[in-house]
Amino acid sequence: MTTPSAPLQPRMVWYMYRAFVGIGVICTFIIAAVFLYTQPIIRDKQEAALQQSVLSVLGGAENKRDLVWRDGSLVLTTEGLATDGMDEKSARVYAGYDRQDRAVGYAITANGMGYQDNISVLYGYDPKADVIIGFHVLSSRETPGLGSKIGTDRKFLANFLKLDVSLNAQGQGLAHAITLSKVGQPKNSWQIDGITGATVSSKAVAKILRDSISRWAPRLKLVKTTTGGDIQ
Amino acid sequence: MLPSNIAPINISINVTPVTTTDEFIKGLWRQNPIFVQVLGMCSTLAVTNSVINGLAMGLATAFVLVMSNILVSSLRNFIPRQVRMACYIAIIATFVTAVDYLLQSLSLTLHNALGAFVPLIVVNCIIMGRAEAFASRNTVTRSCLDGLGMGAGFTLALLCVGLVRELLGSGSILGVAVFSSSFEPWIIMLLPSGGFFTLGLWLLLMNWIKQRQLVGVKVEFEKEPSA
Repeated sequence: MTTPSAPLQPRMVWYMYRAFVGIGVICTFIIAAVFLYTQPIIRDKQEAALQQSVLSVLGGAENKRDLVWRDGSLVLTTEGLATDGMDEKSARVYAGYDRQDRAVGYAITANGMGYQDNISVLYGYDPKADVIIGFHVLSSRETPGLGSKIGTDRKFLANFLKLDVSLNAQGQGLAHAITLSKVGQPKNSWQIDGITGATVSSKAVAKILRDSISRWAPRLKLVKTTTGGDIQ
Repeated sequence: MLPSNIAPINISINVTPVTTTDEFIKGLWRQNPIFVQVLGMCSTLAVTNSVINGLAMGLATAFVLVMSNILVSSLRNFIPRQVRMACYIAIIATFVTAVDYLLQSLSLTLHNALGAFVPLIVVNCIIMGRAEAFASRNTVTRSCLDGLGMGAGFTLALLCVGLVRELLGSGSILGVAVFSSSFEPWIIMLLPSGGFFTLGLWLLLMNWIKQRQLVGVKVEFEKEPSA
C-alpha cells in the first residue's frame, strides 16, 4: 500500500507560480525585443533575394513590378511578400522590365512535391515567344549531391532557356505537355533532359512547371501591355 | 585484520581546486560533448555535410548554451526543484527562437541550409544536460565559462566531421574546390551513412588517443618496510 504524498504547502505553490510567471515575462521580453529588431532586416533581405531571383530568370530585366491576379485581371500590388503562388487569393506574378521600361516577361512562382519534400521554384515566361526563359530553385530538400542538382547543374538549367510552352488551338492549355526526354530519342522543344541519378526530382520539376504554366499562360497571353510597360 | 607481512598503505590524494579556466578548457577535450559525452548526435549527423553548415550550427548552439546557462544560473535560487525542467525548456526555447531570427537576419541562405535543425537545438541534450548538471548548481561566471567551453568543443567536433565529409563528398572546403575536376566525389559522404562512418572513425581516433594517455599513467604506492 503506497503512502499518499503530502499536499504541497501554499508557500511552495507560490514559489512555483512565481517561477513560471517570472520566467514567462522575461522570455516574452527577450523574444519581443529580438523580433522587433530583426523583422525589418529579414524583410529587406527577403525582398532583395526575391528581386535577385526574379531578375535572374528574366534575362535582360533590370527591375520588377509585383502583380496579383484578381477578378480576372492582373493588377499592381504593393502588399507584402507573397508566400505561395498557387493560392488563388494571393496568386502573384512579377513582371520584369528592361532599362527602356519594356516588358521582358513574367516571373512566376510554383511548387510541388519532389522526391523528399516540397520544391519551390521561380521561372521566367515570355508570352510573346511562348517560351520559358529561366529557372531558379527557391527551396528544396532533395537528396544532397543528387536531387539537389536541379538548382545547380548547368546542363539541367540550360533546359529552361527556351522551353516551348505554346498554347493549343483553343488557347486554354499547353499544346504539348512538358516532359522528360527519353534516352535515345530526339528531344523535342517542349522536353527537358533529366539529371542522371535524380530522375524523380527531374520529373517533379517537369510536373511543377507543367501544372503552373498550364494555369498561367492562358491568362498572361490575354494581358495587353503598352510600350511603357503598364499592366492593368 | 591484516596479515602481519602486509603493512598499511598510506595514500595521499592531492585535490587541485578547479580553476575558472578549467571550466572552459574541459569542454574542448576532456569532456567534449560529441567525442566524449556522445551528446547531440542528431545535429552532428544532419548538418555536417559541409563545413560552413557545421560552423553555423556550432556557433548557434554555443550561443544558446551560454545564454541559457547564464539565465538558469541567475535564477537558480528562484526555480523550485519540482518545476525546474519546464523552466529550463522555456528558457532554452526562448534563446533558440532568438537565434532563429538572428540567423535569418544575418544570412537567408545559411538559414535555409540549416532548415529545421535550428529549432531542434531546443531538444539538444547538451543544453538541457548542462543546465541541469552545472548551471543550476554553480555561479553565473562558472556557468558562462562552462557554456563557452562546451559550445567551443561542440563546434570543434562539428568542424572535424564536416571537414572530412565536405572534402570527400564535394571535393571542397568552405565551398572552395580543393581537388581537380577529375576528382569523383564520394556522394555517400553527403548522406547520413557517410556521417555515421565519419563520426565513428573520429570516435575511434579519440578513444585510441585516450587509451594511450591512460597507459602512460603510473600508480605509485608507499610501503612501510616490514619490521
